[in-house]
Amino acid sequence: MEASTYNYKVVRQFAIMTVVWGIVGMLVGVIIASQLIWPELNFGIPWLTYGRLRPLHTNAVIFAFGGSGLFAASYYIAQRTCQVRLYAEKLASFTFWGWQAVIVSAAITLPMGLTSSKEYAELEWPIDILITLVWVAYAIVFFGTLVKRKTKYIYVSNWFFGAYIITIAMLHIVNNLEIPVTLFKSYSIYAGVQDAMVQWWYGHNAVGFFLTTAFLGMMYYFIPKQAARPIFSYRLSIVHFWSLNFIYMWAGPHHLQYTVLPDWVQSLGMVFSLMLLAPSWGGMMNGVMTLSGAWDKLRTDPILKFLVTSLAFYGMSTFEGPMMAIKTVNALSHYTEWTIGHVHSGALGWVAMITIGSMYYLIPRLFGREEMYSVKLITTHFWVATLGVVLYIAAMWIAGVSQGLDWRASNPDGTLTYTFAQVVKNMYPFYFVRLMGGLMFFSGMLIMAYNVWKTVSIGKVEEAQIPQAVHA
Amino acid sequence: MEILFVLIPVSVVIVLIIGGLFLWAVKSGQFEDMEGPAHRILMDDDTPTQPKRVQ
Repeated sequence: MEASTYNYKVVRQFAIMTVVWGIVGMLVGVIIASQLIWPELNFGIPWLTYGRLRPLHTNAVIFAFGGSGLFAASYYIAQRTCQVRLYAEKLASFTFWGWQAVIVSAAITLPMGLTSSKEYAELEWPIDILITLVWVAYAIVFFGTLVKRKTKYIYVSNWFFGAYIITIAMLHIVNNLEIPVTLFKSYSIYAGVQDAMVQWWYGHNAVGFFLTTAFLGMMYYFIPKQAARPIFSYRLSIVHFWSLNFIYMWAGPHHLQYTVLPDWVQSLGMVFSLMLLAPSWGGMMNGVMTLSGAWDKLRTDPILKFLVTSLAFYGMSTFEGPMMAIKTVNALSHYTEWTIGHVHSGALGWVAMITIGSMYYLIPRLFGREEMYSVKLITTHFWVATLGVVLYIAAMWIAGVSQGLDWRASNPDGTLTYTFAQVVKNMYPFYFVRLMGGLMFFSGMLIMAYNVWKTVSIGKVEEAQIPQAVHA
Repeated sequence: MEILFVLIPVSVVIVLIIGGLFLWAVKSGQFEDMEGPAHRILMDDDTPTQPKRVQ
């Protein structure tokens, strides 16, 4: 017998954990931002030192918060647009518990100092294997659902999710090939510059396919749904998808400008990064123009505010990124706080805001409510978050550019004008403003948690019916 | 930079897979209708308090 309801259970689980991990990950971010101003805040405990908490922060916000949001959104969108219940539900449930286990083991091993030392891939080999298993299960559930779909066309969001699932599998496996020596220590099979190249081939494509492609899948569903208007151009969304996929893969070397990487590889990375501007902005325009003729909705609808503002940040950071990949700009920006600002305009402005907006759309529907407990609190969250991001990135821009200029300033006799410590000292006011921005963004998440808690406690869990096809 | 002998083939393979998927998608008519899918998701009513769709 065919199922008559959707599987919302796993979507609910992931949606709630998105909020929980968002709070945890951002709290760790706030702690390490404070440690940069007041180093004694690690209390002399090795577990709480900056070097160990920083990977915990990045893993928690990217893979725990962002990842849970993506699982929730992709399972929901795949079911609704294919009009079938999830394929292989036991595996879907395994992806939830498996992914949570990965996150918890990360939260234990990283503070203990167990790390493979690869940025955004710090987890040691046993956890890497668990990630691989969860990911394969995810692919089976997702593609299985697409295969048994009742609709003729695969909606564009699913294309984006599909590309993300396949690519992340490949990136994760190739970058984490390592030889275990003990249960918690392994060495990468690559060495020296080879390792650096693989690492940034992985690192940049993780940004490209995890933090961009996948969240675009969210964008292409939740913006039209929340605005109650079809996407501005479905044709453009398909062009966006394929062009992004073909170009993104080659941009990684821009993380290694002016290193021992061969010159031509650096230039190639730069050229492909510049080309990325075209599909990125095409996609941004497509999302924003969906509101044309209905701009007034932005005035009253805070969920739409979140979704559309996220696109503005997406446009901004996908302009900034290619610019920073240009070798002459990179000579100034690399290794400075500017990079941190750039990452957070993407991570807070784009990824977090599109996720938060999508969760505000999803959570009431998952708990049998028409809307969130308080729409006013969503508006408050929106303003607190937006001001927080602006403070954060403005502080890091100024800090980064002045840092870069100070580092390269030299006296007529060729000696450096500033010592390294002097430049560090100049950073303090900006670190403080950044902490304020981070605190605001974090408190926005607390407002969200309260709102979600209230919504869930007055809501009721009911099974959503799959609409039956009407035969003409 | 021997690593490029690994990375370039891996990337080329993935591009071939993407290219293959693209050809399949075009041939199976996924992109024949460039309007309908955009409207269809809006016809799917996912508001929980609504009564079940009348057929």
